[in-house]
Amino acid sequence: MGSRASRLLREEEIEEIKKETGFSHSQITRLYSRFTSLDKGENGTLSREDFQRIPELAINPLGDRIINAFFPEGEDQVNFRGFMRTLAHFRPIEDNEKNKNPSATEPLNSRTNKLLFAFRLYDLDRDDKISRDELLQVLRMMVGVNISDEQLGSIADRTIQEADTNGDSCISFNEFIKASFVVNIHICTVVLVLVNI
Amino acid sequence: FSLCNLVFLVFFGFLYSCIFFLQYISSVLGHSFVYYIFLTVLPFSVKSPLVMFTKESPASLRQEIRGSASCLCSDHEFDMADIFYFCRSGVESIVDDEVTKRFSAQELESWNLLTRSNYNFHHINMRLTLLWGLGLLTRYGILLPLRVTLAVTGISLFLFFTTLVGFLPNAALRSYLSEKVHMMGYRMCVSSLTAIITYHNRENKPKNGAICVANHTTPIDVIILASDRCYSLVGQMHRGLLGMIQSGMVKSSPHIWFDRSEVKDRHLVAKRLSDHVADKTKQPILIFPEGTCINNTSVMMFKKGSFEIGCTIYPVAIKYDPRFGDAFWNSSKCGLVWYLLSMMSSWAIVCSVWYLPPMDREEGEDAVQFANRVKATIAAQGGLVDLIWDGGLKRSKVNDAFKEELQKLYSKVLVGDHEDESERMEI
Repeated sequence: MGSRASRLLREEEIEEIKKETGFSHSQITRLYSRFTSLDKGENGTLSREDFQRIPELAINPLGDRIINAFFPEGEDQVNFRGFMRTLAHFRPIEDNEKNKNPSATEPLNSRTNKLLFAFRLYDLDRDDKISRDELLQVLRMMVGVNISDEQLGSIADRTIQEADTNGDSCISFNEFIKASFVVNIHICTVVLVLVNI
Repeated sequence: FSLCNLVFLVFFGFLYSCIFFLQYISSVLGHSFVYYIFLTVLPFSVKSPLVMFTKESPASLRQEIRGSASCLCSDHEFDMADIFYFCRSGVESIVDDEVTKRFSAQELESWNLLTRSNYNFHHINMRLTLLWGLGLLTRYGILLPLRVTLAVTGISLFLFFTTLVGFLPNAALRSYLSEKVHMMGYRMCVSSLTAIITYHNRENKPKNGAICVANHTTPIDVIILASDRCYSLVGQMHRGLLGMIQSGMVKSSPHIWFDRSEVKDRHLVAKRLSDHVADKTKQPILIFPEGTCINNTSVMMFKKGSFEIGCTIYPVAIKYDPRFGDAFWNSSKCGLVWYLLSMMSSWAIVCSVWYLPPMDREEGEDAVQFANRVKATIAAQGGLVDLIWDGGLKRSKVNDAFKEELQKLYSKVLVGDHEDESERMEI
């Protein structure tokens, strides 16, 4: 008897999302059914509470920051397009783009955009710099109450010292990209496995 | 006088023929449409690497986070890239998680011609729509009225006879007859739902003076188990029709109904249960330790209350076949009456019941470990996913303690285990 989404996804919308994000047709329909199952209010948008209802996300130390990444500046609801746009960052990086158009905008899942997504998890005020405070905030979220302020402070200082090249004791996006850990960017990929029967 | 007799005869004859007719139709329909319908939905799985529940060590978490590069940055305690791991786990759980999908009906691979299991399917062709219309007519025009008649008759007869039996003075006769009456009632209900049940391993059927535990999918579980042997049920006393049925049941056999206020008192509950179990002449108690309905794809955390009592446990695994009609009751989506009506307008309820060998608590095992062991046995037999998550997450938020465990584990990755450090210093 239960009520399904009040509207099904139209073909034109699927095409648009496909062009914008690069997901395949079946992935989009599957993610749409996931979107509607999370949307308890059935109004076509997700709120922060809808995300927090996922237990595995609620126990993730960075859960709140990840949820924030889905919501545009100052808004409390995200629609399906926005949802897909954020998820698109986690598609695997494609080395050979079929439409290698130099004037086209970079795909959402490019190396740079993935790094930008990660950078923005630190840089809450969007000033394109990770300050010592912002770094401390994220560190505190990840370790909870188990490390003292001084120890955490020294970890933060050391990290900034290593990454900062222009001496402003903040980490800019360029410094972030050049740091040694970039090799690990491949982990920032959610592998969507489709099983055909 | 003879006309009255005739009417009764005709009526009961009609009822019995309904039962056989329904069984036959469902099995015929069942076989035919399983081969005929072939719409597929692509299922979709994402492996979440997020380390759960602290059995993992800091070393293994470090391995997960840093990957193969860990040997290079061994003197870095913190790496800015550490967030990538948590980020990916978080997004993977947004895309698919193990818990929230257990609280809604299972998605089918092929459509079974019921609108309610129609997820994102569009109009495919005329033939399918015609078939669906025909199915609709059959289900609502023929099957549903027959089933409702049977159900109403069954419940009324049950209430009538239990009250009658309750007046008998002779205790032995009363318990014997009440068993017969209960079985009759349950069997009529089973027929009214057209439940096609296969019992496996009947030699392990629960004996008196024990507790029977099973995975919970729907209130119908009770009817399915109780049509094979009589159990004592445990639960809250309700109002209305259900309350009336409960009072009727208790007149002729010892069920354990609690008032709303008594439910909170765990000691009282435990005492009443152990008293009942100690009496070896009493029927086994039927308990669903999950505490809530789960959608029959997994078994969630078993509450330890019934495992603390210390008697023999008979586990039972119940698995429904969702193609003929999904039996899961989503209590937030519809009430009990609507649910029963939709059960009666499905094709059939097909399920398998496995009686598993009795289990006792072993030496040095606490109630929680025992509960998990029983849960694993049930999950293995029924082909269900064994989850540690609490079924209560259907309605409540997850406990912050889990997040704190993860934070503790990560902080150990950063600064090392205190035990490790002190050992190093001594050397």
